[in-house]
Amino acid sequence: MGELRFRDDEALEQPAVTLDAFLDQSNATAVRLEPDEDARLLIPHLERLALVEVAFPKFRDGRGYSSARILREAGYKGELRAQGDVLVDQLLYMRRCGFDSFAPEKPLDAAVVESTLSRFDNVYQGAADAAVPVWKLRHG
Amino acid sequence: MYKYDTYDQAIVDARVAEFADQVRRRLAGEITEDQFKPLRLMNGLYLQLHAYMLRVAIPYGTLDSRQMRMLAHIARKYDRDYGHFTTRQNIQYNWIKLDDAPAILADLATVEMHAIQTSGNCIRNISSDQYAGAAADEIADPRPWAELLRQWSTFHPEFSYLPRKFKIAVIAADEDRAAMRLHDIGIQLVERDGKLGAAFYVGGGMGRTPMVAPLIKDYVPIEDFLSYSEACLRVYNRHGRRDNIYKARIKILIHELGAQEYARQVEEEFAHVKTLGIDPPAAELERISAFFAPPAFEAGLSDEIDRTDPDFAVWLDQNVKAHKQPGYAIVNISLKKTGEIPGDASSAQIDVMADIAEAYSFDELRVTHAQNIVLPHVAKRDLYTVWQKLVDADLAAPNLDLISDIIACPGLDYCSLANARSIPIAQKIAQRFADLDRQRDLGELKLKISGCINACGHHHAGHIGILGVDRKGTENYQLSLGGSGAEDTSLGKITGPGFDEDGVVDAVERVTDKYLELREGGERFLDTYRRVGFDPFKEAIYG
Repeated sequence: MGELRFRDDEALEQPAVTLDAFLDQSNATAVRLEPDEDARLLIPHLERLALVEVAFPKFRDGRGYSSARILREAGYKGELRAQGDVLVDQLLYMRRCGFDSFAPEKPLDAAVVESTLSRFDNVYQGAADAAVPVWKLRHG
Repeated sequence: MYKYDTYDQAIVDARVAEFADQVRRRLAGEITEDQFKPLRLMNGLYLQLHAYMLRVAIPYGTLDSRQMRMLAHIARKYDRDYGHFTTRQNIQYNWIKLDDAPAILADLATVEMHAIQTSGNCIRNISSDQYAGAAADEIADPRPWAELLRQWSTFHPEFSYLPRKFKIAVIAADEDRAAMRLHDIGIQLVERDGKLGAAFYVGGGMGRTPMVAPLIKDYVPIEDFLSYSEACLRVYNRHGRRDNIYKARIKILIHELGAQEYARQVEEEFAHVKTLGIDPPAAELERISAFFAPPAFEAGLSDEIDRTDPDFAVWLDQNVKAHKQPGYAIVNISLKKTGEIPGDASSAQIDVMADIAEAYSFDELRVTHAQNIVLPHVAKRDLYTVWQKLVDADLAAPNLDLISDIIACPGLDYCSLANARSIPIAQKIAQRFADLDRQRDLGELKLKISGCINACGHHHAGHIGILGVDRKGTENYQLSLGGSGAEDTSLGKITGPGFDEDGVVDAVERVTDKYLELREGGERFLDTYRRVGFDPFKEAIYG
């Protein structure tokens, strides 16, 4: 399995530009964020953004999880893609942080993806997804 | 004691299934060791020198007899009949087979236990005061807050690939029994105008760059507890260094930014995070707190204890501490009998401790960061019986906080990171000072040994600390003096050139001899050291 997408809209054809290029040019609608780049710089431009691709050059580098949540918390509704060294066992956390598409460098096994994403019915904490934390379920 | 509801149990059960699947994929060659490593680490499974090591979480060090017996069962069935209690209030097993690991986790799940996040670059097991709920000096039981943090941090989607591991301790007394300021976040519950809040100390730690955590915020209103924690972590996740593993802990970030600037960034992040609604309502804290309600103490019990048996009296004076409830006491079980491995207990001993806790301590036990076990609520009238049972199980060493109550990491006998052995040094020192009267005369003296610079043996916080290093292929031991992990937190200072194995034992003795010569009144070693300074000891050591 190459790309994984959890959205109903059409995938964007436009290539993602660098953050610097995006901030310089007013017509780009897709941007690529490197791990050390500040997602908050995109907040004034969320309206015109259709795709944010967050780079994961190494799976151990978890900065992109914060970038994703920051964008979703700011109200970003467009496609949020995790690209790079994205492993199947990270998909659940990435989904919870708001990623809704994945471009892993190494293809993922569809059956493992399915079982990984459906294994946990409950979560302990609120994040950027719709999952309801158990403390909320406990207290109605 | 916290009890799982169906949600907690479902989460742990799902984790067991997930890990079983990950192990299956690894054994089938579907994932590489490099990809498997972070997964097994987040389940507490390390590859050590001789075998896999499994670290089992004991949240805030609290467990009941059923759980304790399960720890014995695992030692018996899957390991070599013993376990090692750690400085993070956990237990680890040294001889685990990878294909047994899923079955062990499944066994643990039947008693509401797991190995979740006992390793890896994530938020680790939350530690706390081993006397929580029993100490007279606490303003609240800190464990409900530790449990709240446990749940919040479990599988936290944003903070599971942090720059480095992350350790949090929660206490609620001025006397610090948990080395709170040597954690990535140390939290002390405090009161202001009759309202509970939390003081946050951030950026402490040991390792190769030891630091005492600065106070980042003196009072966080309790309803902001998780939001503020989340803000602390987010600033770290985004800005902590990832270019150098040795500079990746939050202490380095805070050292480089300055505590004030870090606090400002956290404040800014908090203002935003607070709007997300991640703090559970007061009802959830009440639900959790109810599990930690005081046990049904008997009223009107006598405080009299028959001290006729002199050996019992010695143990009583050394290992038994005051309880907030009249007629009760806190019992410390030392896992530091002379000649034994600090923190180790056999499955038979673990079972005995479980039996005693069930019969005499309201079914509760605690693990301490000093690698001992606590029976938190023992009626004074039962102390003699409890002591006799401990004697029979070889668990009655009356040496709490004495020089032989040594913290030691597993060292080169087990650990793949170690440069030198720790355990034999601990054993030699304990043997050198085996005379109990001599130890008691020396009084409180916290000696801590690490077999490498990572400082798992807390040597920086030892009144006397020993660090094993590798010098041109031979083990060499550096001595440091003046550290403390208590409320007067301080970091030890290295005395000078290191020693060989026997040399360091001699050097420790020269330090204690000097102390006996210099001490005034009721001074502990640490007090004398602080009064007279480093030089007299240095001179005594090196002449």
